[in-house]
Amino acid sequence: MRGSALFLALSVSAHGVTAQEAELSRSFGAGAAAPMILRSTTDLAVMAPVIEAFLTGRPDARIAYEQWGSNDLYAVSQRDCAGSPGADLVISSAMHQMVGLVNEGCARPYRSALTTALEPSRRWRDELWGVTQEPAVMVYNRDLLAPGQVPRSRFDLLDMLRPEDSPLRGRVATYDIEESGLGYLLAFEDSLQATTFGGLMESFGRSGAVATCCSAEIIDAVVQGKFLVAYNVLGSYALARAVVEPRLGVVAPQDYTLVLTRAAMLPTGRDSALAEAFLDFLLSDPGRRALERALLIVPLDNGEGGLFDQPIALPSIQRPIALSPALLLVLDRQKRMLFSALWRDSFPLSPVP
Amino acid sequence: MVEYPRWPTVSLKTRVALAMAAVLLVGGVVVLVTALAYGRQAARDSFDRLLLGAAGNIAASITVRDGAVLVDIPMATFDLLALAPDDRIRYRVIGPNNSTLTGSDAASLPRESGETVLYDGTMGAEPARFVALTRRFAERSFSGSVRVIVGQTLRARRDLTRDIAQNALAVLGGAGAVMALFAWLAVRSALMPLPRIGAALARRDPTDLTPLDLSVPREVALMLSPLNDFMARLDRQVASNRDLIGDAAHQLRTPVAAIRAQAQLAADETDPEKRAHIVARIHARTLSLSRLLDQMLSQAMIIHRTDTVPRALIDLRDIVLDVFEDGEADGAGTVELHLPDRPVMVRGDALSLSEAGKNMLNNALRHGIAPVWLGVRPGGELFVEDAGQGPPPAVLARIGERFGTAGGAPGGSGLGLAIAKAVAQSHGGALRFGRGTRGFEAALSLPLAAAP
Repeated sequence: MRGSALFLALSVSAHGVTAQEAELSRSFGAGAAAPMILRSTTDLAVMAPVIEAFLTGRPDARIAYEQWGSNDLYAVSQRDCAGSPGADLVISSAMHQMVGLVNEGCARPYRSALTTALEPSRRWRDELWGVTQEPAVMVYNRDLLAPGQVPRSRFDLLDMLRPEDSPLRGRVATYDIEESGLGYLLAFEDSLQATTFGGLMESFGRSGAVATCCSAEIIDAVVQGKFLVAYNVLGSYALARAVVEPRLGVVAPQDYTLVLTRAAMLPTGRDSALAEAFLDFLLSDPGRRALERALLIVPLDNGEGGLFDQPIALPSIQRPIALSPALLLVLDRQKRMLFSALWRDSFPLSPVP
Repeated sequence: MVEYPRWPTVSLKTRVALAMAAVLLVGGVVVLVTALAYGRQAARDSFDRLLLGAAGNIAASITVRDGAVLVDIPMATFDLLALAPDDRIRYRVIGPNNSTLTGSDAASLPRESGETVLYDGTMGAEPARFVALTRRFAERSFSGSVRVIVGQTLRARRDLTRDIAQNALAVLGGAGAVMALFAWLAVRSALMPLPRIGAALARRDPTDLTPLDLSVPREVALMLSPLNDFMARLDRQVASNRDLIGDAAHQLRTPVAAIRAQAQLAADETDPEKRAHIVARIHARTLSLSRLLDQMLSQAMIIHRTDTVPRALIDLRDIVLDVFEDGEADGAGTVELHLPDRPVMVRGDALSLSEAGKNMLNNALRHGIAPVWLGVRPGGELFVEDAGQGPPPAVLARIGERFGTAGGAPGGSGLGLAIAKAVAQSHGGALRFGRGTRGFEAALSLPLAAAP
């Protein structure tokens, strides 16, 4: 437990280090009691203001926040489930992994007025709750793509990739599904939504698109102009960056936009009232406002200001991914093997960014 | 005498209410148990079908490529399983040599073997239901069987079971309430005649013994008609007592007044010879008065007996013999006896019948012309015949009425035949008069008793 032993403000562990360690960790609050351990795939910097909002008026509380990669978080949670529990609250954007953990009985049930008020697609068995609302978007570099060239939908992207001399050749990026649980989930959902996905994969393959890891790195590469377009980037990170980075454009695909919700569960074997209180906070109005400020709840009506280039208010465009046992298929070993084989056809090499 | 208070027993309404409650309670328990069992069965069947569908779906998605078994489970499988939205799922595809191709190693295996097996198992601490399907392959590159196991926890089944049972109970509760209401109304309307009879009786004049004329249900009529019979009997006895007193007053007044007048005469008479004559007349009057009294008492007795004495099986010939001996003893005249060889059996009161016979014989001896024939006919007829023409029709028509023939006939009060007629009627028979082969005939015919 090297990672969690560090109470420093920030401790960075580089890529390639042995699996199942927190990427970052930080302790919040000044309470004397044992800290509530919160593990999440959410970037610490994004989550910190939300936690601080929660701790306002709770001088005794302490929260130890650990930032994890989704696959590592899944692995460590599975290990905890079989052995001794290590976290009081787990929040991951890899919804299928969370459904898998709950399906294996790794979560304890909890009911409150706020959890039961959630719509059915955002809770499962009173053990798993969707706390955020984040569309999967395309980002592009405003400097390098003229407004007329910006793809508004997957069809646009397909059309742009088709010509031999496409400017996008070799300069489109997406998540590597083998590195990122979230990337796999989004790709899988894409494959269920439309036949476009097959064509898109093929086009990615022909045009030498790059599959790489991690939202922050992909967005950085687009901002720097290494890539012109990145596909299936988590909207929350993209919008947060676009606020301060004028070169970054964000598009919600107009054919359909996947909407993901980060799933929270209370692992079995722990009994932290603070974890329950934090969960309720995330579902409460003040918590939602904090999440909205952190852009973890992205308003889809594109009201004032307009975070997106295009509105996605039309419900027919939105495809929320429901927390349901159907997500178990995403975890299926053979399915994953077949899907990865298909993927590898399009992305034969996994170049290090 | 100590009087014990008689508490009213439990009211009919309460009895019916208790019986209804018991029926509803027992019925409710039976229906609840049945509904739960049915609900469990229905839930089990429908969700078992869901499991079977999902397993079949997975089995159909298995393909063999280059000797390797590939499982490409369609999304529809999980959409199907997600119809039980809150249940955990465990599935497993087992290839040859028991390797798990995909799914969870932890999925329970069936204890029994078979192509398709449904069985109970667990998922961690939760009970679960599983299905195991076997799909066989006979490809060039692969030959063998692949097993598909799919299981689900039981939350949806329990919810469905509970729903079914709850609905059944709600329906039962409603039906019970309606049934109770109808039962209450039915009992109320069924019991309505009883207070009506009570009110009718309470309203009545104390001397009114006529039957209650109320239209009542058959069951209540069972109680009402004996009550009416009882009142009729009472009425007859009261009437006969009244008649007796009236007759006595009416019949006795004249002879007693005559005796008193003659006694007065005797008291005033000084001539011993005349006085002895008067005394003899007084004596004759007294005798006649005494016979009249006898007859009146016997009529009263017979009318009383008709309602009280049980009917016995009697041979009419014995009655006639008795009457004959009595007539002989009187020695009023010659009587010829006619009896059949076989017994003539009737049901009746021997005393009343022989009294009637004696009166008929007496009547013939006193008013008829000798010889007199007395006998029995096999058809159940006791007859008395004399050689005379009988009384005039006007007199005949009045026989049986009180003060019938009383007319100055010496020694005849007219009660004799009235008694005979009353006896005939009380025995379900008749007294008739007519011309016989030899003269005037009076016959008492009775229904024959069934052969013993």
